[in-house]
Amino acid sequence: MKFPVHTSPYGRLPNRVTGVMAQVLLALVPGVAAMIWYFGWGVVINIAIASATALAAEAAVLRLRHRPVKRTLMDLSALVTAALLAIALPPLLPWWLTVLGTLFAILFVKHLYGGLGYNPFNPAMAAYVLLLVSFPVDMTRWLPPEMLAKVHLTFGQALQAIFNGHLPASLTWDAVTSATPLDEMRTQLEFNKTISEIRQSPLWGDFGARGWEWVGNWFGLGGIFLAWRKVIDWRIPAAMIGGLLLVSGIFWAFDPESIPFPGFHLFSGGTILGAFFIATDPVTASTTPKGRLVYGFLIGATVFIIRTWGGYPDAVAFAVLLMNMAAPTIDYYTQPRVFGERENGDG
Amino acid sequence: MGIAILTLATLSALFGVLLGYASIRFKVEGDPIADQIDALLPQTQCGQCGYAGCRPYAEAIASGEAEINLCVPGGEPTMLAIADLLGKEPKPVEVDEGSQGVKKVAFIHEEECIGCTLCLQACPVDAIVGAAKQMHTVIVDQCTGCELCVAPCPVECIEMVPVKTTLGTWKWPYPDEHLLQKPEEQAS
Amino acid sequence: MITRNPGSWDFHGGIHRPDMKAMSAGRYLGKMPLPQRLVIPLQQHIGSLAEPLVSPGDRVFKGQTLARVTEYIGAPIHAPTSGTIVEISDQPVAHPSGLSAPCIVLEADGEDRWWDELPEPLPWFEEMDAALLRERIRWAGIVGLGGAAFPTSVKVNPGPDRKIQTLVINGAECEPYITCDDYLMRTEADRIVEGIRVLMHVVAADECLIGIEDNKPEAIAAMQKAVADSDLTTTRVVTVPTRYPMGGEKQLIKVLTGKEVPSHGIPAEIGVICLNVATTAAVTDAVMAGRPLLSRLVTVTGEGVNNPGNLEVPYGVMMADVIAFTGGYSDKAYKLILGGPMMGFTLQDDQVPVTKATNCLLVASREEAPDPDHALPCIRCGKCVEACPAQLLPQQLYWYARSKDLDKCQEYHLFDCIECGCCSWVCPSHIPLVQYYRFAKTETWAKEKERQAAEEAKRRHEARVERLERLERERKARLRKKKEALEKKTAGDAADPKKAAIDAAVKRAAERKAQKQSSEEPK
Repeated sequence: MKFPVHTSPYGRLPNRVTGVMAQVLLALVPGVAAMIWYFGWGVVINIAIASATALAAEAAVLRLRHRPVKRTLMDLSALVTAALLAIALPPLLPWWLTVLGTLFAILFVKHLYGGLGYNPFNPAMAAYVLLLVSFPVDMTRWLPPEMLAKVHLTFGQALQAIFNGHLPASLTWDAVTSATPLDEMRTQLEFNKTISEIRQSPLWGDFGARGWEWVGNWFGLGGIFLAWRKVIDWRIPAAMIGGLLLVSGIFWAFDPESIPFPGFHLFSGGTILGAFFIATDPVTASTTPKGRLVYGFLIGATVFIIRTWGGYPDAVAFAVLLMNMAAPTIDYYTQPRVFGERENGDG
Repeated sequence: MGIAILTLATLSALFGVLLGYASIRFKVEGDPIADQIDALLPQTQCGQCGYAGCRPYAEAIASGEAEINLCVPGGEPTMLAIADLLGKEPKPVEVDEGSQGVKKVAFIHEEECIGCTLCLQACPVDAIVGAAKQMHTVIVDQCTGCELCVAPCPVECIEMVPVKTTLGTWKWPYPDEHLLQKPEEQAS
Repeated sequence: MITRNPGSWDFHGGIHRPDMKAMSAGRYLGKMPLPQRLVIPLQQHIGSLAEPLVSPGDRVFKGQTLARVTEYIGAPIHAPTSGTIVEISDQPVAHPSGLSAPCIVLEADGEDRWWDELPEPLPWFEEMDAALLRERIRWAGIVGLGGAAFPTSVKVNPGPDRKIQTLVINGAECEPYITCDDYLMRTEADRIVEGIRVLMHVVAADECLIGIEDNKPEAIAAMQKAVADSDLTTTRVVTVPTRYPMGGEKQLIKVLTGKEVPSHGIPAEIGVICLNVATTAAVTDAVMAGRPLLSRLVTVTGEGVNNPGNLEVPYGVMMADVIAFTGGYSDKAYKLILGGPMMGFTLQDDQVPVTKATNCLLVASREEAPDPDHALPCIRCGKCVEACPAQLLPQQLYWYARSKDLDKCQEYHLFDCIECGCCSWVCPSHIPLVQYYRFAKTETWAKEKERQAAEEAKRRHEARVERLERLERERKARLRKKKEALEKKTAGDAADPKKAAIDAAVKRAAERKAQKQSSEEPK
């Protein structure tokens, strides 16, 4: 009797890329729900626009590259990139900017380098930085959280704002948008206000930025789910948060009135989203266990440095991209000890 | 203006001295380049490159008069290794598609051998044993497959035979897209 | 100094898989009856090919040595039954390549008569020199029956300058589906313990640790009882956690002793020797009964057979016949795997013989062994790094093996890979990682052979060129000498006596002629 042949191991393999990506998308749901609660429907519309663009762009480029389209789209990696980018964008961003960012992420940052697994830079973050640097006004139109907002836009109004750029009659952009707490913190510090004074502002919540802190917490919940399921390596978020708290803590201890307390950094802006979802992107992060600790720690430290002394209020995207560049070097110097070899490489 | 000229002149002199020192102090006492190229060649001594052996070809490449893609037994890996060594652009090796990949060794059909010693003299690695009016035979382990013995034989009794793969010499194939082989597709 | 208990260490990585042992564990299907025709490969072990001692037409008896060892690392082959040698030729064998190999084909006569020159049993082995016992083990053709088939006589010869502290007996059997060692431990624990007694004497170890995974409670109990019933005081059974590849030699040694086998070394270097339980039982037969290795327990399992279980099979029996004896294929049979699902390999054809390395025939259904997916690109997730029991970076090895950068593969410790398959198992992209490493390893060996052959060719070529030049020089020297000699002759020659004699004779002749002329003139 004759049989088919192929190589070991034999059996139904337990892990799949599609499964990994699907779990990441699932873990984003609580955070997105919190975003809808605090900031309205814009984020969902953005996610929809970005996802559609991402799938269409990837299908087109795969056809050009003569690669199998259906099998590659099924790995859901384009959707994850689109979702992360859309979450990072301001809720009422004009639709064509979202499309532009997504196209850049998929075509340039991912496929020009060779597709899934070959890109050195995080596509969502690179696209975010492109938009931020090229369209600073639109990219800084953030909405205030629900409890502070004077105006609450409906789904239809949000849709209109995104696609037409028109707000409902009698409203201006100034009336609708507000500075983010990080932005506010930076501006007030430049006016030489003290931290205690700044904290009086209604923008501050229980731990950090009002509204934003809870969004972060819900993303954190999703992130802990991913770490528990071993979809992401716990080392990166732990090291990033640890690094951020440690470095900001040291500086805060020296000057509590001009450096915000560490918890502020943790619970504002994209820190938690970045720690659990963005820095943990396996393709662009470090791969060795020790290396991941170093990588996460450096991202955390860099976030603090850029936020305090750099040019932009939120630094997660820049910090991640900088450490993407460093990842191969970190990997090279943190290789684990091989079984049977002594610690210093002999044997 | 004078200051600028003086500054630049001093800088040039300084860097010139530094470079001169470095070229003496850090000089690499390595193999001459021809030796290094020869080490990369397969030592078949077949002459298919147009030179009388691997050493002359290596020397020709080193002196710049030969291209790096002439070695047929070495094929692409050898060409790439030489390109890597010399920092040159890889060039495709002209390969006869049919014969590539299968290693062959010479086999003398002893019934027809007349003991003329012409093949003995032709073999660049002395892999043929024999003497005038005595039987000639090929030492299989030493034969490089260069085929230089085939032409001189006046009775055409030398044949190039493919080397059979045994369990000891079998290699795992490079994994490619076709991981599964169904019974219909199996050769034997 | 506080020492930890054996079994309290752990190894890095490894995977958990459902062990699938229930379908065949403890089930005995009997002793395989001898077929008409046996095909016995000359290579059933790591090392050199055995050299036949018989020729076609010879009558042989059960246990007779049919082929002998040619080099140190090798093992002899014996006749599993009496009969006549039909031929010694290349036959298909169980190998991933599908190639044939030299085999002795034996036609059984049905009498199953023992050879009358078998050596005597050695119940007084404790008074014998270890070297003689090693010779007996070597004669018996015993090789590692865990699947690796390394000649045991070589393994138990660490050399005079290596002291062995621990003899590890490997009863872990970590691969899913396989239960033959478990069955042996349950039913023949005494035979195994007897073998331990012999081996303890041969290697002079201080202690013996028997490692058994905790999913085999009956085997643990049986072995504990056998050890307790014996007079062995330094031997004990250690239960180890069930995790693949706990049965890997290096991993088991680490768990039992806390020591790591050095990267390019063998366990003997750290004072440990590790043998499988079935090998140990075979040692008992060789020493205590004077019998060579002629048969082994084989697990036949999977959804593709009607009747999974363990049976005793003599070597040389066709695998198709073994499966037929157990009850035949079920209609779910899709793939035939020799070995376990992690490290085994698929066979194209069941018409190949059972050898010393055949521990399991796994006939898998489509669900048990689905066809491989197309591999997706590596997403650098690092799960392979987490799973690797050799603590390597499989990801880096993959990148370098894929681009055929063999030097870099070696830098990342390619040859420390034990090919356990954990990395391929956990990979979300379903990349056949172990395949890349196998390719890289055999390619490296092949390149090394080519390099050596090229150097040899270069040496011979240079010797030839020098020889021709020397002949040329000698020829020229000879010619030059001749030329010089010739020139000397044509130059001043008064000194030459021969020439002088000739000149004198010519002169005399000329004078006579002149005289004659002058005497004839007056007329």
